[in-house]
Amino acid sequence: MALPKHADTLERIWHYAYLVICGLIFLFLIAPILVVIPLSFNVEPYFTFTEKMLKLDPTGYSMRWYDLLLTFGMVDPDVVRDGAWWADAWANSNWINATKNSIIIGVFSTLLATALGTFAALGLSRPEMPYRRTIMAVLISPMIVPIIITATGLFFFYSAIGIADWSIFGWKIPYLGVVLAHATLGIPFVIITVTATLVGFDHSLTRAAASMGADPVTTFFKVQMPLILPGVISGGLFAFVTSFDEVVVVLFVGGLDEQTIPRQMWNGIREQISPAILSVATILVVISIALLTTVELLRRRSERLRGMSPG
Amino acid sequence: MTDGLANQGTGNASNELLLTTVDGKPLKEALIHAEARAKRRAFFLVLPLLLFILITFVAPIGQMLHRSVHNDGFIVTEDFGTGVRTPIMVNLTEWFNENPPGSEIDESAYAALAADMVVLKKERAAGQAGTRINYEISGSRSLFTKTARNADKLAPPYKEAIIAIDPDWENPELWTVMRSASSAYTATFYLAAIDMTRNANGDIEMVNENRQVYVKLFQRTLILSLVITFLTFVLAYPVAHLLATLPLRYSNLLMILVLLPFWTSLLVRTTSWMILLQSQGVLNDAMVGLGILDDENRIQMMYNQAGTVIAMTHILLPFMILPLYSVMRPINPSYVRAARSLGATSWTAFRRIYFPQTVPGIGAGALLVFILAVGYYITPALVGGADGQLISNLIAFHMQKSLNWSLAAALAALLLGGILILYWLYDRLIGIDNLKLG
Repeated sequence: MALPKHADTLERIWHYAYLVICGLIFLFLIAPILVVIPLSFNVEPYFTFTEKMLKLDPTGYSMRWYDLLLTFGMVDPDVVRDGAWWADAWANSNWINATKNSIIIGVFSTLLATALGTFAALGLSRPEMPYRRTIMAVLISPMIVPIIITATGLFFFYSAIGIADWSIFGWKIPYLGVVLAHATLGIPFVIITVTATLVGFDHSLTRAAASMGADPVTTFFKVQMPLILPGVISGGLFAFVTSFDEVVVVLFVGGLDEQTIPRQMWNGIREQISPAILSVATILVVISIALLTTVELLRRRSERLRGMSPG
Repeated sequence: MTDGLANQGTGNASNELLLTTVDGKPLKEALIHAEARAKRRAFFLVLPLLLFILITFVAPIGQMLHRSVHNDGFIVTEDFGTGVRTPIMVNLTEWFNENPPGSEIDESAYAALAADMVVLKKERAAGQAGTRINYEISGSRSLFTKTARNADKLAPPYKEAIIAIDPDWENPELWTVMRSASSAYTATFYLAAIDMTRNANGDIEMVNENRQVYVKLFQRTLILSLVITFLTFVLAYPVAHLLATLPLRYSNLLMILVLLPFWTSLLVRTTSWMILLQSQGVLNDAMVGLGILDDENRIQMMYNQAGTVIAMTHILLPFMILPLYSVMRPINPSYVRAARSLGATSWTAFRRIYFPQTVPGIGAGALLVFILAVGYYITPALVGGADGQLISNLIAFHMQKSLNWSLAAALAALLLGGILILYWLYDRLIGIDNLKLG
């Protein structure tokens, strides 16, 4: 984007104005996400920068809201922090329990979505797949249909089939409804990322494997899987983030004890927004930075594997 | 080997060469077989997921659509403990079947009503039946419970006796509503969802001006979504252009600034906007601190339409930047250079050469952002206040607060219909498999 030598004054002014405009738009994109980070260390229960914070006075900052995440909901938060205190936090802290629920729901829905989605993407990327376009449109639709409609439909459906009472040998399957729903919501992301990896996949590789006597299963695991693995993992991460961030379906079909992080945040924001929300938000931002980095690295690896970009 | 790979067909009338495979099948047939097997194999890979989506997604939505035209709250009561379903309002339903709309509500109708009230009292279903009527005429629930409570004391002439309990029973509108509720399948909820109702003669008309909510809300949802789509376009275009023209090293770094919001939790982004936009929030504080604003004149940027528009523009911006970027990146810069060398000003070169090449990206981004904006729920619910609510929020309201589930389902069905048309358009114009995530 270098300015050519022959540019006149007006063009130069416009060029720099354009760069400033772009800078401001980038600021608009990123500032709202970064602003929560310093505010989560605020010593006061306010949502704005205090004078002490602006002067970088250490007494203006504290970890109290992070501490509150641990202690909120504990039976006895004010005793000495020994093993029993941590056991209490592990068992009773609302946010820790929400995290456990979020991770369990996220992991199982991701496994389900990734397994089903990867096989479907393999089928969909074959040229001989019948009704490819229609089926693809149906499989992507959970991403397009407004979440409130999905949640409403699931609410009627689950209450009609009584999924909350389903059990295997008297063991009630926990989180079943939410896991199935989140898997459904994550599937479009798996399909999109895996089919994108399969574009330009050289099918002569699988034929070569077959001609050397490999059966389809061996071909899949030894030849196809290593090549599409980056896409599968990215898709899985997308599915996990979708589940980890989903609140509406949990609100509609989740049981009272199925508190997840987003649901807890939602309640916190709606009732009385406390800076503890900001410390959760900060932790989530750090997690999303980590996930984004992973996905970017995977994408580059996938491109390198498929020889789409040099280096 | 008696059969060669390609041997002369024996029963072939025309003297053409018939190619066969090793085991003697004609090649054409074998090819059809092989293709069918490949087709089946591809289909069986997709089948498990297709079934999964049909059960966990399509079936629930189908059931919701059924709910939007079906409500038997007035004619059947279900015991939730045992699951036994008992018909109620049997006599009145029969009277409605025998007497066409517009018939005089005479003693026989009131007699049927009185008999049904006795059943309602016995089954403790007066509240439920009243609730069904209450959706359309408020106050009906208490009317039903009050009348059912006194059902045993009713004696002929029933008309006077029932009207003595509450004169509201004379309201012809009430009888129209009961008539339509006496059949489980009804279009009432769709009519209500577009601010229409049936009058005493059974004709369809608009409801009173002061009760018209839904059409206005649909309009507002459309307008706000268009505004948001336009704003994302204005903000995304320069950024996407910059990303597309920078060398890959730099643009990949800057791309992180676009993808990070994309990966950050929606609730986190909405919370951030709440603390930025609050009247005691960061933006107002900064403006007061810089002397731009007086302390008393803090701007109300949240809990109104402005809040919804600002926060949603930010949240949906990556969905516009990414399609624009993927269209702009492969554009060959020598076209613009050629235009310049032929004497075009930079504006003309942009307008006539560059911009037309980016139109597919604009279409893809705009459709995607619009589709997502129309159905948005979380952000308007948190920062929208009363007048920044969209249609999704009203669906949630009827699901959770007013408990008029059939109306919620009808509103959802209308929204879904609109979205599916746009989705179909997107698939036709851009192709759903061109959707990219980062």
